[in-house]
Amino acid sequence: MQKQPDGRTPELKKCRVLGPMASIFTSANTGSFRIERPVVDYDKCIKCGICARNCPGNIIEIKKEQKECVEIDYYYCKGCGICANECPQKAIAMVRERGEH
Amino acid sequence: MAYKMLDGNAAAVEAMVLARVKVISAYPITPQSYIAEKLADLVAKGVLDAEYIRVESEHTAMTAATTAQLTGVRAATATSSVGLALMHEVLGMTAGIRMPVVMPVVNRALLSPWSLWCDHSDTMDERDSGWMQFYCQDVQDIIDLMLVAYKTAEHDQVLLPAMVCFDGFFLSHSMQKVDVPEQELVDNFLGEYKRKNLYLDTSDPMFVNDLTPPEDYTEFKYQMKVAMDNALQVAPEVMAEFERSFGRKLSIIEEFQTADADVVLVTLGSMSGTAKQTVLRLREKGLKVGLLRIVLYRPFPFKQIREALKNVKVVGVLDRSSGLGLPGGPVWVEVSCALSGCGAVVKPYIGGLGGRDVPESTIEKIFNELLAIKNQETETHTSWIDTKANAMDIREVLKVV
Amino acid sequence: MYELHSASKGLVSHGVTTCAGCALELIFRNVLDVLGEDTIIVIPPGCSAIFSGYGKETAIKIPGIQGTLESTAAAISGIKRGLLAQGNTHTTVLGFAGDGATLDIGLQSLSGMVERNENVVYVCYDNEAYMNTGIQGCSSTPLWASTTTTPSGKPTPSKELVRILAAHNIPYAATASVAYLTDLRRKVKKAKETEGAAVLHVQTPCPTGWRFDPAKTIELARAAVETGFWILYEFENGKFIINKKLKSFKPIEAYIKGQGRFKHLTAEEIEKLQAAVQQSYERFVNSCNAGQ
Repeated sequence: MQKQPDGRTPELKKCRVLGPMASIFTSANTGSFRIERPVVDYDKCIKCGICARNCPGNIIEIKKEQKECVEIDYYYCKGCGICANECPQKAIAMVRERGEH
Repeated sequence: MAYKMLDGNAAAVEAMVLARVKVISAYPITPQSYIAEKLADLVAKGVLDAEYIRVESEHTAMTAATTAQLTGVRAATATSSVGLALMHEVLGMTAGIRMPVVMPVVNRALLSPWSLWCDHSDTMDERDSGWMQFYCQDVQDIIDLMLVAYKTAEHDQVLLPAMVCFDGFFLSHSMQKVDVPEQELVDNFLGEYKRKNLYLDTSDPMFVNDLTPPEDYTEFKYQMKVAMDNALQVAPEVMAEFERSFGRKLSIIEEFQTADADVVLVTLGSMSGTAKQTVLRLREKGLKVGLLRIVLYRPFPFKQIREALKNVKVVGVLDRSSGLGLPGGPVWVEVSCALSGCGAVVKPYIGGLGGRDVPESTIEKIFNELLAIKNQETETHTSWIDTKANAMDIREVLKVV
Repeated sequence: MYELHSASKGLVSHGVTTCAGCALELIFRNVLDVLGEDTIIVIPPGCSAIFSGYGKETAIKIPGIQGTLESTAAAISGIKRGLLAQGNTHTTVLGFAGDGATLDIGLQSLSGMVERNENVVYVCYDNEAYMNTGIQGCSSTPLWASTTTTPSGKPTPSKELVRILAAHNIPYAATASVAYLTDLRRKVKKAKETEGAAVLHVQTPCPTGWRFDPAKTIELARAAVETGFWILYEFENGKFIINKKLKSFKPIEAYIKGQGRFKHLTAEEIEKLQAAVQQSYERFVNSCNAGQ
């Protein structure tokens, strides 16, 4: 429930429903797809955010105040390489995974 | 109570208006078109407060009615024949997501050959779609069974859609004096529509009808089976309540002169009225014949039919659809199954196809055969009871020799 | 109400089992992000049904239904009218369907929806073939592209959705590209704000079906626009507006090279394709200038 006029969390209980439906919002461990891992060279990175904007998984955060400003959630990253390909500075390298996730 | 002269289509519209449908998505098809027109007219004049979706096909009509009802309103549509066939895919979804849509279906033959006229092949093809099916004998039945269908379909223990089937032209276009219930009584009977079970609402989201894995598919079908079983209990209760509210007696099967009958004919729809007349006339001659009319065909009232016919020696079933590839039509198959082990001979008859009238003479011919079989004078019967003798030679073409 | 078993930014789950480099995923996130949580979605079977979910689980936080393949436009019509019948004018109703579900089997219900001018948003993500069933050709498959049912290349060009809808006098329709996300998001917003039917046709590069390196998804989408292969334009108030006019055409190789579905083309065929793309672009621009 997104809108509660009084801002309180409503009391919830499980109710039976009949018929096909989904009621659990969840995520798969899509990081297991990955063959290559994006690795950022922070000396080249200009914090432009193009990698984050083009990431299909929406799993890159730009933390401008940090030196290592690009945070990639490897639990989800499929290693598609779009971030590396779109980076105007070519600051992201795709590095072969060696089985450790 | 107000009496009106109405044809079957107008009666269906009266019932939808009385049920206060809020969204209508309808596509015209003979002989249903009046329903689509009249509802549009009522909305345009402001008599009926509803959204009217002038759809481009029956497939869309069924889809839009189903999804509109998912938002929490009674939705309406109506169809016939090939229109129902075009809806086929969506009918399964409506039932599967447990939307209690109620739809009048004006029975008309399926192609080929092309026919504009009545038989039951359209709705028989949807008998396993997860929809309940009620069959009307006359115009009064249409209003009454529509109201019963809404209340049964929307019952917490049922939550399945329902077709209210009535014969094209024989009922859709024949005027009869009809007792139209008062709005207030119908409001009390049906209650305001409330969304339940599955729905679409951004303040309480769920995702309906996503892909179901094999480990759950059977269980969802089982839930529907339980709902169908429940409907066999709920529909008679609703009919009893209907009688208390409106004074007319309804039942899921109608037994007419069956108690002491030697032979009984089983029918559905408008031909049942003709059959009753025939029964009365033959009874005057001392022939012990009876009629069983199936009102609720889905769920199929197995136990009730078995109980009603368990002592009858010979039963005939007149199907108004061709049941190709079997000795008889679908109703015969199911009645035979219901009576298995009872010792009754159950004979299949097929007639009244593609608009062919089923007059008393046809019914009498069947009864005469059933009596002859009962009296062990013959074992043969004429399953295609009203077929012309020259059936194989009704078309010729000139060819160069 | 959803049980949230996973934290995620926005309305779409992070771990969605689309292929690596899937443009659909990026488009879907952006569309939902612009439309917001007061949106009901209809998704037909196809790649986008990955977001519908499986069993008890879904990948989106908004309500929705997975309908039948050909009836997305019908389903959103019904939902919109059901809401209107209850006085709800604020909720956006979105249809999100692929090219097969839109341009092939769903064209009839879409045509009906647009002709009735239902106040809904419809997004067609166009990956130019039936990808979810295994890359079979459809009416949106481009000229000479190879699919599993056009193994030697499709002999005819693709349908143009927005021009079909323009012939319906639709209030708002536009093409969009995953390489121009700001433009895409502006168009989604415009579609939401349009009184009446609004349809977006978004080119959606598919690494699996087009057989290219997943890293090149955005690069190829950009090349499609720069070569004149995919034209960015809008249709509004009866007029076409070209969003990105080309002064010169990038060679078509920039787009087709690296795509396995065009690998079979000879140098001569590539030249012909270049001419066909340019001719098609110029004819379109000229027809717009002529005030069509």
